Amino acid sequence: MEFDPALLARIQFAFTISFHILFPSLTIGLASWLAFVEGLWLKTGNETYRDIYKLWVKIFAVTFGMGVVSGVVMSYQFGTNWSVFSDRTGSVLGPLLAFEVLTAFFLEASFLGVMIFGWDRVTPRMHFLSTVIVASGTVISAFWILSANSWMQTPTGYEIGADNLFLPLNWVDIIFNPSFLYRLFHMVTAAYLTTAFFVGGIGAWYFLKKRHLKQARIMVGMAMFMAVFVSPIQIFLGDLHGLNTFKYQPQKIAAIEAIWDTGKDVPFVLVGWPDERTETTQFAVTIPYLTSLLLTHEVGGECRGLKSWPKSERPPVLPVFWSFRIMVGIGLLMLLTGLMAIVLYFRNQLFTQTWFQYWCLFMTPSGFIAVLAGWFVTEIGRQPYIVYGLMRTLEARSPVIGQHVFLSLVAFIFVYTFVFGTGIYYIAKLIRKGPSSKEKKEDIYGSHGLKTPRL
Amino acid sequence: MFDFSPFLNLPLLWGGIIALAVFLYVLLDGFDLGVGILFPFAPSEDCRHKMMNSVAPFWDGNETWLVLGGGGLFAAFPLAYSILFPALYIPLIIMLLGLIFRGVAFEFRFKASVETRKLWDYSFHFGSLIAAFFQGMILGSFVEGISVQGRGFSGGPFDWLSSFSLMTGLALVFGYALLGATWIVMKTEGISQEWARKVALYVLIYIAGFMGLVSLWVPFLNEEIFRRWFSLPNLAYLSPIPILTAGTFLALYWSLSKKRELLPFFLSLFLFTLGYMGLVISLWPWIVPYTIPLWKAAADTRSLSLMLVGVVLFLPFVLGYTFYSYYVFRGKATSQEWY
Repeated sequence: MEFDPALLARIQFAFTISFHILFPSLTIGLASWLAFVEGLWLKTGNETYRDIYKLWVKIFAVTFGMGVVSGVVMSYQFGTNWSVFSDRTGSVLGPLLAFEVLTAFFLEASFLGVMIFGWDRVTPRMHFLSTVIVASGTVISAFWILSANSWMQTPTGYEIGADNLFLPLNWVDIIFNPSFLYRLFHMVTAAYLTTAFFVGGIGAWYFLKKRHLKQARIMVGMAMFMAVFVSPIQIFLGDLHGLNTFKYQPQKIAAIEAIWDTGKDVPFVLVGWPDERTETTQFAVTIPYLTSLLLTHEVGGECRGLKSWPKSERPPVLPVFWSFRIMVGIGLLMLLTGLMAIVLYFRNQLFTQTWFQYWCLFMTPSGFIAVLAGWFVTEIGRQPYIVYGLMRTLEARSPVIGQHVFLSLVAFIFVYTFVFGTGIYYIAKLIRKGPSSKEKKEDIYGSHGLKTPRL
Repeated sequence: MFDFSPFLNLPLLWGGIIALAVFLYVLLDGFDLGVGILFPFAPSEDCRHKMMNSVAPFWDGNETWLVLGGGGLFAAFPLAYSILFPALYIPLIIMLLGLIFRGVAFEFRFKASVETRKLWDYSFHFGSLIAAFFQGMILGSFVEGISVQGRGFSGGPFDWLSSFSLMTGLALVFGYALLGATWIVMKTEGISQEWARKVALYVLIYIAGFMGLVSLWVPFLNEEIFRRWFSLPNLAYLSPIPILTAGTFLALYWSLSKKRELLPFFLSLFLFTLGYMGLVISLWPWIVPYTIPLWKAAADTRSLSLMLVGVVLFLPFVLGYTFYSYYVFRGKATSQEWY
């Protein structure tokens, strides 16, 4: 049987990284929220905050554990599957990843232990500090990895040396490359919103089940605060990010909007079926002039179409086009949720309207889907390049035979489905059990606070 | 941009940093993998709880050294990273899958019902066992040498599989078991401790065998290694290593039979240190044995300089709060003082 090793390596990377990104999307937001909740508990002494913390820190621990093990795989996969890429970019990207390990991973790992198991072993202040440190670690980690990713999208500050290696010229230009800050803020905000809608959905479910009402009130209330104030910010950040992409990666934008011909009055395609063979969008529902207006912020601004690039320079259009619409659609639904929350709040019905609780429950996984869709847009949209404009994805792979990539891919699919499926099941179990105000014996075992036997 | 290469031998320094990261990984994850290897043989369920609890706060930090080793290799020696990882493709992937199973077992086991807990007990055990065995095989095939052409791996997909690498795989399993057993001796009391002590004594015999085997086998893999150890005056300079190793074995045996609680663990760490020194001496100066030396695989000196600043600034903190987390979860020492 013939296997295409390049295609398999791409599928394997897409599969493992898509699984991986789900966990940080939750842990980045959850860590900051936990720090906030614990701070409130210390300040007010209100035990409802403590109960919320104790429930969600367990969910955090499971999610974080899955993020760690799926992340270790990522750090080794550059070498196993993309060795030519590693060889050529090592001098530029390596330091960014090394800084991620040194400034974030160790910090998170060490204080995570204190955060999960140290409840009875350190003072409440120190425990709070540990949570804050872990939360900072998640954001620092995002800083470095998104800087590395952004450099691959918009490379600056490098020179090309012997053996075609990328060498560093200016670290500030490398780290703060043109798309980095947009991507960083867009992703961290996405993680916060993902967490908010996840937490809010669970809170709404408690309301529907008429359980843990005190805790549910805080969970839904805080989530809606985020929906009201942060989802508009996210849409604004997304727009900025899009304009930045328009400037530096015009092919990607052309694929996102399915623009085939360069023109000045480009209509916005609401939905449709872009067909790369005929270079047209079928069944298109369009709004005249809107794309020109959105991208150039002026009526009749010029947008470059896909046909102006040779076919070998174009990304796949269909997945980029649709992933973008899913992401934006969810963003708008989040905004809508915020608007509904405002109306209900002023009618004093925020915590009582059953239909709204069902709506929040429905929105529980929305952030995860939007994050995945967003990454699909940006990663498929920069194809056929792995380092934009400079190194093609096809040149980057390892000299490993197809069968082995295939076998390892199958192994990853089985293991991830089983292991992370079980993880999600345990999270569901924790949620079903809900926050408990009494410490039971099994909790003590689970929290590693074994008191009688010496640790 | 700054560049320290006129004043410092950066590739050498970075070779040292990577070697240190791998070494700390082996020591630290070594004992928690060892606990996993011994897990199903524990005398009681209560003992298993204690074993799990004794490593749960640390495993994540311990495994981060593996990420530093891998990520650091990518950053400091990208050429070595891009040759070694495809060469060791299969064992690396299997090792990572093993680490997944054992890593999630920590959290899942606490959440599982009593009936399904067994599943995660085995996941913890076999994950640890597989990770340890394949780490040993990776080490073995690394020592045997990697085929290289140009800037890429040129050997076959099963080059890593040999009688030597199978032997080093087993050796590392027993080595980690010793670290795990002496850790349990230190961290528990009563029947758990009694059992761990017996295990440590038993495992020690195997390790003596494996260390002897490796010491005899490695010099014959490569003429250069043979000359390094057995030519004069090297033989005299290097003789403290085997002598100290023999002494450490005796001290370990003595401390275990005298029922010391802390000493066996630290002597096991020292035993690993000696073995690791032996390896470093044998393999110097190769980063891809036996074709690419450290300085040929090194990243650009500007990259190494920047990262050196990072290491100098952050590694002391890393070591500091790693120590802090071990301090927070320290045990109550009774017969011996904790230092």
